[in-house]
Amino acid sequence: MEVVRRYARSPAAVFGIVLLVAVVAMAASAGWLFPRDPLSLAGRPLIWPFQNPRFPLGTDNSGRDIAAQIFYGARISLLIGLVATAIAIAIGIVIGALAGFYGGTVDTVLMRVTEAFQTLPNFLLLLVLVAVFGSTLTTVTIAIGVVSWPAPARLTRAEFLSLRNREFVQAAQTLGLKDAKLIFGEILPNALPSVIVYASVVMAVAILLESALAFLKLSDPNVASWGNLIGLGRDVLRVQWYVSAIPGIAILVTVLAVSLVGQGLNDALNPRLKGR
Amino acid sequence: MSALLTLDRLNVALPEGADRAHALSDVSLEIAANEILCVVGESGSGKSMTANAIMGLLPGGVTLAGGRILFEGRDLAAMSEPEMRALRGAGIAMIFQEPMTALNPLRTIGDQIGEMFVIHTALPRKEIGRRVLALLEEVRIPQPAQAAKAYPHELSGGQRQRAMIAMALALDPKVLIADEPTTALDVTTQAQILTLIRDLQKRKGTAVLFITHDFGVVAEIADRVAVMQHGVVVEHGTAAQVLDDPRHPYTRQLIAAVPPLSAPPPRPLSPEVVLSIAHVTKTFRTGGFLGRGARVTHAVKDVSLTLPRGSTLGIVGESGSGKSTLARCIVRLVSPESGAITLQGRDLLQLDANAMRAERRKVQMVFQDPFASLNPRRKAGELVAQGLVEHGTPRAEALARARELFGLVGLDPLAVDRFPHEFSGGQRQRIGLARALALKPEVLVADEPVSALDVSVQAQVLRLLADLQQRLGLSIVFITHDLRVAAQICDRIAVMKDGEVVEQGLAGAVFGAPQQPYTKALLAAIPGPKIGGPVLIPTAAEAI
Repeated sequence: MEVVRRYARSPAAVFGIVLLVAVVAMAASAGWLFPRDPLSLAGRPLIWPFQNPRFPLGTDNSGRDIAAQIFYGARISLLIGLVATAIAIAIGIVIGALAGFYGGTVDTVLMRVTEAFQTLPNFLLLLVLVAVFGSTLTTVTIAIGVVSWPAPARLTRAEFLSLRNREFVQAAQTLGLKDAKLIFGEILPNALPSVIVYASVVMAVAILLESALAFLKLSDPNVASWGNLIGLGRDVLRVQWYVSAIPGIAILVTVLAVSLVGQGLNDALNPRLKGR
Repeated sequence: MSALLTLDRLNVALPEGADRAHALSDVSLEIAANEILCVVGESGSGKSMTANAIMGLLPGGVTLAGGRILFEGRDLAAMSEPEMRALRGAGIAMIFQEPMTALNPLRTIGDQIGEMFVIHTALPRKEIGRRVLALLEEVRIPQPAQAAKAYPHELSGGQRQRAMIAMALALDPKVLIADEPTTALDVTTQAQILTLIRDLQKRKGTAVLFITHDFGVVAEIADRVAVMQHGVVVEHGTAAQVLDDPRHPYTRQLIAAVPPLSAPPPRPLSPEVVLSIAHVTKTFRTGGFLGRGARVTHAVKDVSLTLPRGSTLGIVGESGSGKSTLARCIVRLVSPESGAITLQGRDLLQLDANAMRAERRKVQMVFQDPFASLNPRRKAGELVAQGLVEHGTPRAEALARARELFGLVGLDPLAVDRFPHEFSGGQRQRIGLARALALKPEVLVADEPVSALDVSVQAQVLRLLADLQQRLGLSIVFITHDLRVAAQICDRIAVMKDGEVVEQGLAGAVFGAPQQPYTKALLAAIPGPKIGGPVLIPTAAEAI
């Protein structure tokens, strides 16, 4: 396929997909490589990496296997990233599409609401939501999705504004198509490439937001997440720095992978940029 | 004749994967001082590439692959970039098609013209200012002192092109290259700019390489003509030779495709009125904070027209005359504030959204831009079937109907599975036509349906439209800025200016004996009035 061929032409994009596949493989193989509960005590606390062959990445301050937590954490990070992104993009597309398509009062009202959300730092809003609704995995994921929609909404609106008055949309309108079909059948497919590319940014931010919450010990403490591990390592940061650094590298790699894939998709889906 | 600029077997190679290997192959041309050479051809003929090659401004991936470009005995093809830079503007200057994009929107006109002197001369600031004013006077911009201080958006299209010409002529270049300089302009403005270029060229003895697709313009301005096709010069000679006695079949075909400026004999019109427009008014309001500084545009002012069944009503006018807004009012893409648009006795403006949606199938539209008017993500067949499906036809049946319609508009019925970008401009316009016809409309509104097409393709599409009108008994509202096209296809003509209909009547009457000064001015401004092939649609007259 043409898109795949264009994607494969960029070495950075290929590197990104390799990293992403590696992270997905970690998530998939976690249960098989580490059959025990990653949060159960496994050995002596604070073993340095590469010292004990049973714990290749060492243990944390309570004696839990860091490698197991990293592998299981990949599941949590990907899950939160994907679900929160889906929520944010879905809300964003609906709000942006309605504002861009109808314009006028609808646009004014929706955009003022969007701006109200944007003026609040989204991490603060996230803290409030988690404080109110508690910090289970479900609420944290939904909360991250809910604070991340304004940017996709603005992007969708901008795309709709430029596509709304294209002749092909007007042509479909003169055929008698209903508004819903115009929005979702005619305009959205043409607006989607930019939104999909932007989704990678949302996903990277969602993963970082969860880690930040966990660092403040406000994420779900009953799951093995990278953020939780960093939060734990905070207490022993000066000496046993590896407890925080290893999950930190995992987050870095994942966010890098998602960003590179997003950039690669952007180049592949927007052939106008070809050759730049 | 001593040539000032000589192209000697110039070859320009296109990057791999292009539709042909060479943009130009063995192009040899000569331009002497004090003459205008018109290079004429359809899109893709390589005429603009010739200009770019001379200026050393070939797009990325496109390279000179042989031949020489001699200017005053020096080979431009072998020159270094700094040498070329010194030559551009001073020795060879260029003006472009779209003056709005060729000018920097953030700097004043005077500043941009003055830059020519700043770059190429060591004149003091005061002297530059004086010369800029003199130049603006020379190109006859009204109020030159104010124009020098104006920004590009504050001038009209014609004034901007005058400013571009002033800039190009600032350093008295020996050669002026004009790439479709009047294509984006209205016909009356075009006539003024052509006169200006001709006058300045005579006075200064400049050699002009004038690139155009329009044989009318060629007849108006050319001393000599070169006709290009697929990167090859197929014919060249003096203007009289090429226009009156074309040798090459391609030249003959091109000239024959130019619609003549006279209407065929009138057809009898049906007494039944299918569509009537009464006192329609549309005003646009833009900008303004709390009502201050708001601009009001009267796009359509109290327009009343009728369309007899089975006939074609032409609405002609220059840009900003409100003709496109009127078309959009008829198909209800725009809602007029007042008036009535009555289709078969029902006033469309009184219908609510749902009733209008059902009624839409009776009025269909063909759009101007064959690239923008088809959704790039749908297959051609789907595009045509879409309306039928929306109005309740089962999908399989609608697709079968789409194949039939493809045959009707002269496309391969097997092409329904291809995407719009796989078709040429003329073919896309046929898809647009098939889409509009799918719903069996009573009235077809065609908004500049052939303006974006090359002249030979334009003739084919117009013939198709006339043929379909006869076979299907279509009533057509035909919007165009091109009076030649209007003369060929319309039974009645309405001339619009500033939102109002200034004159209407039978095509023969409007073209043969125009009553209003504006209509007369429009007709007088058409370049090369004598140029033109036979009547495009002879069947229209025979149909009586």
